[in-house]
Amino acid sequence: MMLQFYSLLGLFMLLLTLSVRPMGAWLAPLAAGQVSPRWQALDAALLRVAGIRDEGMGWRQYALAVLVFNLLGALLLYALQRLQGVLPFNPQGMGAVEAGSAFNTAISFVTNTNWQGYAGESTMSYFTQMAGLAVQNFLSAATGIAVAFALMRGFTRRESTDLGNFWADVLRVSVYLLLPLSLLLALVFVQQGVPQTLAAYSEYTALAGHAQTLALGPVASQEAIKLLGTNGGGFFNANSAHPFENPTELVNLLQMLAIFLIPAGLTHAFGRLAGDRRQGWALYAAMSVIFIVCASGVMAAESQGNPLLAALGVDGSSGNWEGKEVRFGMAASSLFITVTTAASCGAVNAMHDSLTALGGMLPMWLMQLGEVVFGGVGSGLYGMLVFAVLAVFVAGLMVGRTPEYLGKKIEAFDMKMVALVILTTPALVLAGTAASVLLAPGLAGLANPGAQGFSEVLYAFSSAANNNGSAFAGLSANTPYYNALLGIAMWLGRFAVIVPVLALAGSLAAKKTLATTSGSMPTHGGLFIGLLVGSVLLVGALTYLPALALGPVAEHLMIWAR
Amino acid sequence: MQHVLSGSDTHAAKPAASALWWPAARLLLGLTLLLGLVYPLAVTGLAQWLFPAQAQGSLLQQQGRVVGSALIGQAFSKPGEFWGRPSATASTPYNGAGSGGSNLGPANPALAKAVAERIAVLKAAGPLPAGPVPADLVTASASGLDPHISLAAALYQVPRVAAARQLDAGKLEQLVRQQAQVAWFGSDATARVNVLQLNLALAGS
Repeated sequence: MMLQFYSLLGLFMLLLTLSVRPMGAWLAPLAAGQVSPRWQALDAALLRVAGIRDEGMGWRQYALAVLVFNLLGALLLYALQRLQGVLPFNPQGMGAVEAGSAFNTAISFVTNTNWQGYAGESTMSYFTQMAGLAVQNFLSAATGIAVAFALMRGFTRRESTDLGNFWADVLRVSVYLLLPLSLLLALVFVQQGVPQTLAAYSEYTALAGHAQTLALGPVASQEAIKLLGTNGGGFFNANSAHPFENPTELVNLLQMLAIFLIPAGLTHAFGRLAGDRRQGWALYAAMSVIFIVCASGVMAAESQGNPLLAALGVDGSSGNWEGKEVRFGMAASSLFITVTTAASCGAVNAMHDSLTALGGMLPMWLMQLGEVVFGGVGSGLYGMLVFAVLAVFVAGLMVGRTPEYLGKKIEAFDMKMVALVILTTPALVLAGTAASVLLAPGLAGLANPGAQGFSEVLYAFSSAANNNGSAFAGLSANTPYYNALLGIAMWLGRFAVIVPVLALAGSLAAKKTLATTSGSMPTHGGLFIGLLVGSVLLVGALTYLPALALGPVAEHLMIWAR
Repeated sequence: MQHVLSGSDTHAAKPAASALWWPAARLLLGLTLLLGLVYPLAVTGLAQWLFPAQAQGSLLQQQGRVVGSALIGQAFSKPGEFWGRPSATASTPYNGAGSGGSNLGPANPALAKAVAERIAVLKAAGPLPAGPVPADLVTASASGLDPHISLAAALYQVPRVAAARQLDAGKLEQLVRQQAQVAWFGSDATARVNVLQLNLALAGS
């Protein structure tokens, strides 16, 4: 079984690594704000139709544009859910989504979290899925990528206030990048068995003798962008574990690749913009190291099986099967679990609440690291670049030199923004978890007893504040308390991070770029990769080890102590 | 980019938020039309034209009547049929309109209790081979609609099905092995069987 896992992991990393250069070449001109001469006429026409003048924005204006666009997006999505009963494409006659749930879901999809307190097939009309949820799958992804572009411009422009134009960035990313990729992937998915229809659910008498109603819908078109945009919001309640969302081993592999495709390509685009591709490969290497170690850990934990069931006469040698699908088994489930939480995707092909204690701890911890191991589209890169600044700062302190990254001197204002970015999500996670295990409405949602119940709450806030969206889904989160609190955590976890990232971008863009000297610390070699990995792990470990000890670690000791 | 605006002072001063609402609304609505209607409807059209069977849910027919989907499991429970995995879907098992798992944690006593009950049901339904029970046969899948069981779980049921149908166990085992699909980089230990298709083959043989 381990051999099967490492073969799959090897194939996955090979294909991903091969995709990095072409994706970087596709993304770099977009990041630079350039359009190739061949497409300029089309681009001009597109901007005209959209009413956009491609004028540079300073960081404050860029940040305001992000906020206004996303606020309007949330309002529209809320309205669509509340009005779906009178809107078209609703063959199952779904009524208005309850207000608290609609609020939570609107924020969830706009922030690229895609936390789902509802069950898709019994709540959402086809219209809401297509024109509401899937549209935000595109736009929240485009927003994240645009912010990453702005930060990349901050590092690579000199004495400038121009971070690019947010409207043009969102439009170009959506139309030139996400749309063609989604169209292609959606058709491959249909060929493999993912439905794509506007017809009502299918009803028949099954061979087994009982009546069966099969939920259908325009699944493939939504599935493609769900993964490419690291959104993760499933068409159905069971998400990528549902055979209609993820029917085969090939689709499962393509889904995992689609999740990492853009975050990995962005590292290379960054290297290209910086004029030194090794800078991008260094980030890719740092991400890959953490990812491979964590994936191996999840697989090791899950293939151990559950000793409490083995005691009942169950074959423990085939692994921990509760909440997993046979077509994926331990290997493809463990890999997917790691991919979806390393990236801030949150699609699941297994139920994370039923993972072994340590197999559930690693995905939780990957989210708590701040979603920088590939991370969300755009957000993974800007998060990792913030850690890169922290790493050179720490290195600078050690040798007593002014820290620099890519020739930009890192000063007090920059470090304040870095600290804000790094501290915001842990504050949200730990405060939210602490409040929820003290308050009655928080405790009311727990499904599993003991340490696992605590883990459910810790996982929920880790997922929401880091905009992942996966869950220990036993938690009854569709309540006024969790809808409100997790909604706030998602909003702040997204935008209270984006604003200081843009401030950092603005500050960096305004600086001179210093020449590299023999005294500059190289940021492309093994030393820097080690330093960067160390910074990410150190912050993640110091912040969360006490909380993890109370949840999964305690659970693990309890299970294996007998 | 050629057009740096009028310098840092303009940006540092208050940018007019009101000037952002209209472009934001226009872009949002335009992209909603393109990505929320044109795109999914185009995919629907192409899918229905290129892959109509898959696009409609890979439905399987027997004597002109739909009896299931090749991708979705069913609640088989007769001794003469191969059973799928326990299902935790909403309201009834294998509810195709209410997917989901049990979300029981590994140490939850409710999980051990459910598994013990399932083992008891298996033992009561007919003869079983010696040895441990295949884990996937007594644990709920993630979707509640898992169409597969492991090859081991199918072989484990051969004595019961053979007894109920008065078939030769060796021939039945052959039929099961014919239906087995090998996993990528896998072996017999990770091979799987589609339960509906196995039962269809059984009914047809």
